[in-house]
Amino acid sequence: MTTTSHRVKTRDYHVVRFAGDSGDGMQLSGHHFTNSVGYAGFDLGTLQDFPAEIRAPAGSTYGVSAFQVQFGAADVHTPGDSPDVLVAFNPAALKVSLPLIEPGALIIVDEATFNDRQLKKAGFDDNPLHGKALAGFDVYPIDITGQTLQALKPFEMKRPDAIRSRNFFVLGFLLWTFGLPREPLADWIRDRFKSRPQILKANTAAVNAGHAFADTAEVAHVFERQTIAEMPLEAAEYRTIRGAEAVALGLSAVSRLANIDLLFCSYPITPASAILHELANTKDPQVGVFQAEDEIASCCAAIGASYAGTLGVTSSSGPGIALKTEAMGLGIASELPLLIIDSQRAGPSTGLPTKTEQSDLLQAVHGRNGDTPLPVVAARSPADCFHAVIDASRIALRHMTPVILLIDGYLASAAEFSRLPEIDNLPPIWTSKRLADALPDRAEQDKIFKRDADSLARPWAIPGTHKLMYRIGGLETDIDSGHISYDAANHQAKTMLRHDKIQRVTDFLPTEALVQGESDSQLLVLGWGSTYGAIFEAVRAEINSGRSVAQAHLRFLHPFAPETEDLLANFERILIAEINVGQLATLVRSESPCVASRIAQYNKVSGLPFKVQEIRDAIGDMFANE
Amino acid sequence: MNKPDYKTFATDREVRWCPGCGDYSILKSVLQTLAETGSTPENTVFVSGIGCASRMPYYVETYGFHTIHGRAPAVATGVKLANPALEVWVVTGDGDGMSIGGNHLLHLLRRNIDLNVLLLNNETYGLTKGQVSPTSRTGTRSPSTPDGSLANPAAPCIFALGSGATFVARGIDVDQKGLPSLLQEAKAHSGTSFVEILQNCIVYNKDVFAPVTDKRSAQEQQIRIEHGKPLLFGAELKKGLRLNPQTLALEVTDNLEDVLVHDETNATLAALLARLSPPMPMAFGIIHRRREATFDGAFHARQKAREAPSLDSLARRAIIHDHRQASDGEST
Repeated sequence: MTTTSHRVKTRDYHVVRFAGDSGDGMQLSGHHFTNSVGYAGFDLGTLQDFPAEIRAPAGSTYGVSAFQVQFGAADVHTPGDSPDVLVAFNPAALKVSLPLIEPGALIIVDEATFNDRQLKKAGFDDNPLHGKALAGFDVYPIDITGQTLQALKPFEMKRPDAIRSRNFFVLGFLLWTFGLPREPLADWIRDRFKSRPQILKANTAAVNAGHAFADTAEVAHVFERQTIAEMPLEAAEYRTIRGAEAVALGLSAVSRLANIDLLFCSYPITPASAILHELANTKDPQVGVFQAEDEIASCCAAIGASYAGTLGVTSSSGPGIALKTEAMGLGIASELPLLIIDSQRAGPSTGLPTKTEQSDLLQAVHGRNGDTPLPVVAARSPADCFHAVIDASRIALRHMTPVILLIDGYLASAAEFSRLPEIDNLPPIWTSKRLADALPDRAEQDKIFKRDADSLARPWAIPGTHKLMYRIGGLETDIDSGHISYDAANHQAKTMLRHDKIQRVTDFLPTEALVQGESDSQLLVLGWGSTYGAIFEAVRAEINSGRSVAQAHLRFLHPFAPETEDLLANFERILIAEINVGQLATLVRSESPCVASRIAQYNKVSGLPFKVQEIRDAIGDMFANE
Repeated sequence: MNKPDYKTFATDREVRWCPGCGDYSILKSVLQTLAETGSTPENTVFVSGIGCASRMPYYVETYGFHTIHGRAPAVATGVKLANPALEVWVVTGDGDGMSIGGNHLLHLLRRNIDLNVLLLNNETYGLTKGQVSPTSRTGTRSPSTPDGSLANPAAPCIFALGSGATFVARGIDVDQKGLPSLLQEAKAHSGTSFVEILQNCIVYNKDVFAPVTDKRSAQEQQIRIEHGKPLLFGAELKKGLRLNPQTLALEVTDNLEDVLVHDETNATLAALLARLSPPMPMAFGIIHRRREATFDGAFHARQKAREAPSLDSLARRAIIHDHRQASDGEST
């Protein structure tokens, strides 16, 4: 094999994939590479793709963990369809990544791992580094293990410990290759390992060795240092933010905007735990964090907090959300504010815990006993989680209702490059405490349920602060007095009240606008949630290629925002793309029957986000079918 | 000084338990306790689950939350984490607390949240018409066990001790003298106070406790325990309990020199006392009490000690704590 032509091709966007054993630190590597990308001012999108096992057997194909990042000058909305650079830490990682990467991609492998034992484990009959198996790719084997051991020799570490620094060697190598700064990584290593000087020195040495390795004469002739045109940024401050971080920041913002405390109650579950960890580390005195004994308890503790005047927040994934269902009904019956964050994952049952899906939409909208409506809101990108949390909390606090915020495993862990939110410019959040404040002391119980004329919300009367002692619960209560009532006409009236109250949320929502394209386009591509980026890039490409396509992306799934039906009715054909078998399509058909016959669906449920090309193909099919 | 009238804590709601139900006298003891200990209605919250016992909040003129089956401990935990200054009472039953809500009760007790739990034990599911409950004795015939139940009963006080409870007591529904003072001690305790109250369900499990609670058998079948006092019972307190060093069990003796003195701080003795049942006398009073930090107290102290970061600083915060991701996988 010749080695004179290795180079990262000059292009506007790069997609880099790190793949290795679960224990090789792939997420860590990807994360720090991404940090440097963001630090350098590039737009970016990431994907974590890892197995459910913490440490799957080393060298196995099913234990391969991967991290993918796309970055470029501007307008990156996805982690990229096909990597043009793959770093494979062992043969198994190469094996599972090969079908994903683009023809001609640069493949960097640790050739020290391509021994008989590892090759056999990965299912290779012959060493793919010798032979034609990798024809068409640009293969660059490096003895990463050997180089790392060499660099760490002065520290006299045990061999397995030293080998664990391989990913830092690779990071150093890649940072040099792409001309990215080492500072964020060096800062992190200093902070993270400050109490373990030996590891601090070793990892720093590994990074520097990788950097130097790429910079030395022996590599320079085969590997040209890469630069990308810098992003034309508006003057503002930017950061790299993951969905879980944006959720945490959003909750802190809610406490300031509403001038109340929050209690975040959760039970560990993949992938929602990322939010629990994030908030626990935020240590915001206004956002308490409580790990409960189970999913039900976490929802109930949040409800108890809300009863006592703190906004209760609970977070989980599909199976946990199912467990919280009865408690949500209590929140609806007792009309308390509650925020439920669902990090959707592939189902059913335990399903694929680390893989993403959008299949909880109908559970969120309909999945409770009785007529128990609640508002459902969805975030569209990692940074958007911040705004979605605020939107959802605003509804919960104004309308005295549980609200479900849908995100998903991909959004929670994915990062994007985003402007810092302008928190000072956000409008304050109105809470129903104001209605309670207006009540006289020792008000009769029937006054305590006097509703706001516009929203139908009841006053948020709080134990300990008002002389408004009253009893609430899950039993049906009289529409006026709030006392238990088994009266037939009252139940009819209360059921309709609960329905109307949620319908009226629409009156307080902004309209949904077209994301791109014209309202007289031939085709509307409609989505919701985390598919925004892939649909955006696909529709943009189709518009650029001359097709008459528009994009809309719903924030408010129940109830719909005002005029949503009018927006949809502009289009003769609507392609609804979602990572389930057609849940938004079902909702739109029932909510807006006038457009039902115009709907086509594109559904994929492989546990992975949409690729841009998949949406483009689906759009192409729509035009081909005409 | 006149005793405060317990009726000041009664609501205007008609009480809807079956006539003759033991819950009536428990409610009276509760209202009396609130009045006599100076509870303030606006700072007191009653939280309950589902079952006959769980209707109690509707009859107490304080804040009240009648929640869902088994979950009152979790809701009450949320209330205390939101506002630790509130006086919180959890009212539950043997089905609500020991069956569907057993997990929550376990964790409430081990966290030692500063509130009071009243577990009204009638050894049956009264509200759903008399099915066997987790505390029903083996062989209990019920609509769901026409040939007699198969499982062993759970013992609430032993469960509470095993869960790490810092206050465990047992009382009797109609004991208008003993129960209010027990409830006062429960309220005064810092941490989770667990009080099992034997309650007579006159419709589905009538007189199930009569062999113990009946006036005629009280002397022989009840032992009233008090910290620092010898464990005496029987006519003229002529009998007592001693430890058999061979079996490590309590046994009855009339040699009063051997009789153990109750030490409520001794968890081992508490476990022995909690286990006593006929033909041995059953223990009533404070079985165990010790002082420990409360979860809600520690939680709020930690929150208060934290400096409120500005949103701006949070938004700018460098990503420096992602060591959690050093392990790629995550468990389910």
